[in-house]
Amino acid sequence: MSTDIPGDGVAKGPDLTKRPDLTKGATGGTMTLADSDFATDRREHDMRSALLDYWHRIKAGELGALPAVLGLISLVALFTALKPDTFLSKGNMANLSVQALPITILAMGLVFVLLLGEIDLAAGVASGLCAAVLAKLITDAGQPWYTAVLSGVAIGIVIGTSIGWLVSVLRIPSFVVTLAFFLGLQGVTLRLIGEGGTVPVRDDVIVALSNKNMPIWLGWALAGVCVAGYTATQLLRWRRQHVRRLHSKPIEFVVAQCAVVAAALLISTYVLSLDRAPSPLITLGGIPWGVPLVAALLIVCTFVLGRTAYGRHIYAVGGNSEAARRAGINVTRIRISVFMIASGLAAVSGIVAASRLNSVATSAGGGNTLLYAVGAAVIGGTSLFGGRGKARDAVLGGLVIALIDNGLGLLGTSAYLSYLITGLVLLLAASIDALARRRRSSAGR
Amino acid sequence: MADNGDPVLRLTGLNKSFGAVHVLHDVDFTVRLGEVMALVGDNGAGKSTLIKCIAGIHPFDSGQIEFDGRPVTVDGPRAASELGIEVVYQDLALADNLDIVQNMFLGRERRKGLVLDEPSMEEAARETLARLSIRTVKSVRQQVASLSGGQRQTVAIAKAALWESKVVILDEPTAALGVAQTRQVLDLVRRLADTGHAVVLISHNMNDVFEVADRITALYLGRVAADVARAEVTHGQVVELITAGRSGDLGLAPQTAAESI
Repeated sequence: MSTDIPGDGVAKGPDLTKRPDLTKGATGGTMTLADSDFATDRREHDMRSALLDYWHRIKAGELGALPAVLGLISLVALFTALKPDTFLSKGNMANLSVQALPITILAMGLVFVLLLGEIDLAAGVASGLCAAVLAKLITDAGQPWYTAVLSGVAIGIVIGTSIGWLVSVLRIPSFVVTLAFFLGLQGVTLRLIGEGGTVPVRDDVIVALSNKNMPIWLGWALAGVCVAGYTATQLLRWRRQHVRRLHSKPIEFVVAQCAVVAAALLISTYVLSLDRAPSPLITLGGIPWGVPLVAALLIVCTFVLGRTAYGRHIYAVGGNSEAARRAGINVTRIRISVFMIASGLAAVSGIVAASRLNSVATSAGGGNTLLYAVGAAVIGGTSLFGGRGKARDAVLGGLVIALIDNGLGLLGTSAYLSYLITGLVLLLAASIDALARRRRSSAGR
Repeated sequence: MADNGDPVLRLTGLNKSFGAVHVLHDVDFTVRLGEVMALVGDNGAGKSTLIKCIAGIHPFDSGQIEFDGRPVTVDGPRAASELGIEVVYQDLALADNLDIVQNMFLGRERRKGLVLDEPSMEEAARETLARLSIRTVKSVRQQVASLSGGQRQTVAIAKAALWESKVVILDEPTAALGVAQTRQVLDLVRRLADTGHAVVLISHNMNDVFEVADRITALYLGRVAADVARAEVTHGQVVELITAGRSGDLGLAPQTAAESI
């Protein structure tokens, strides 16, 4: 394997003796030998060079999850310093995890749409409408929860299909289409529930999603499985790449990544497993049922985006739709499908929100819901320009938004400040994205 | 497998009209393995139309395409690439946010069941790059956004070479490049032919043409003015063929050349 790479960098064509003028250029220009021959792919790393490699990637604008993670850490530190007794209390931590659920799921669907450089302004109200349908079916029609959930999600997918069709076949800008849906769907919800009304949701299964916890042993078991699964996939992939001498991250980096994920998972499981009942007479602990739902969605979305041809095509269409078209990718179908995914996940998010409030109001999913979700995706690292973003961005960003909401609520800040601060954080995230993008395009040579 | 020098793609009597405008008149065009065929002509001479007919984007009115000695119909871009004809367009068809491997396999990813087979794609991409002696990239997992114009062009060309393609058509590959980068790309064009591909090079730049081409086909207002070996003509003659359709005893008969206007 090592012998087939001539180190001199001079082109070896059979015809070159006749064309001496051609050989000069092969090593010419600004190219140096160290940069050639896929040098980066084949370099062996030690601790120092691994750190250096990471630092170079940061400098080149490949920030990954770093800004969102740093943001999370600093927010936690800030609120802990300001409100040490209430913010870090076990009850608040559980509350926080439930608070973040709907926005995270909504944002995860939006990531797909944002990856194409499109926007879905109607996802919030679509989630409200789907929740209203669910509530009506359970409460008024006496349907079992699974029928109601399936109908809600199905309606979400129908909405997404219509939006996708209008955007990709009629070529109306998604901003306009979804703005129309944003207005129209609020009317549908209003008609369905009746002016000023709310529909209560009392189904045990639906309510349990946000209000009941897993048995503690199950929480630990699931956390263990996740940690083991994540570590195994990462290490196996590294080994496969290393053995076949493919491009791989430094092993030190992979191990560090696994350690961070494991620590985050295990610490949150530990905190959520503590008894947080206000009275010593009862015990209340465990991970809320909605959390494994988000975890499952995260795993599925990450797999689809990162490991399947469909996911690759989404990135390609987002990066250069003309290139994707010429490569034989059905761009129209991809475009419709992401709106279906966004609205389908919006329906799930609406159901989780309904579970948290035990009811669905006419205003469900309206107001700032959608903008918060878009903000979450952007804070997590998804680009509004398309082509860049991951499913995990929704989780990290959703946590940041929920943290701000929760922390400022505890501090008793006035509503105006809370809006201002959330806006500033979003602006900060967008600036980091824009700056990183500039670095990326100038870092090439 | 055909040997170098065998005609792999032969067009005979190709005619194409857009409505009342007769764009291509009885065009004969032959490309041989291991050879760089330069296709030159002024703006509007029909170069792009000819290429699009070969690539299956435009249907043509009459004429025949032979590939590897048998008559074929090219009724779409897919059919063309299945035959082994790849086109590298002027505005590069690369996605900035994907890396080199991902771009090279875009739309034709290798899979293992549901999952993408990344290791095998990466190996194949690297093999192709190494075969073409493209050594200026640091990593095949580098995003295309971070590549220079010349590197992007080389990746686009390597992408075309990856697919066991026999004919690679390059539409003005050096149009937007600087001196050093043009050098890189011309070297690559030569190597492409030396590794057994038939290459069609569309260019306005006579220096490029004379540097890498083996044969030159000049189009003049939709007709083939001349199909000559590079060694047999001079710079000036080719320029005359492009601008007037004839040069000395080369080119269209004076009457044809005049009536085409």
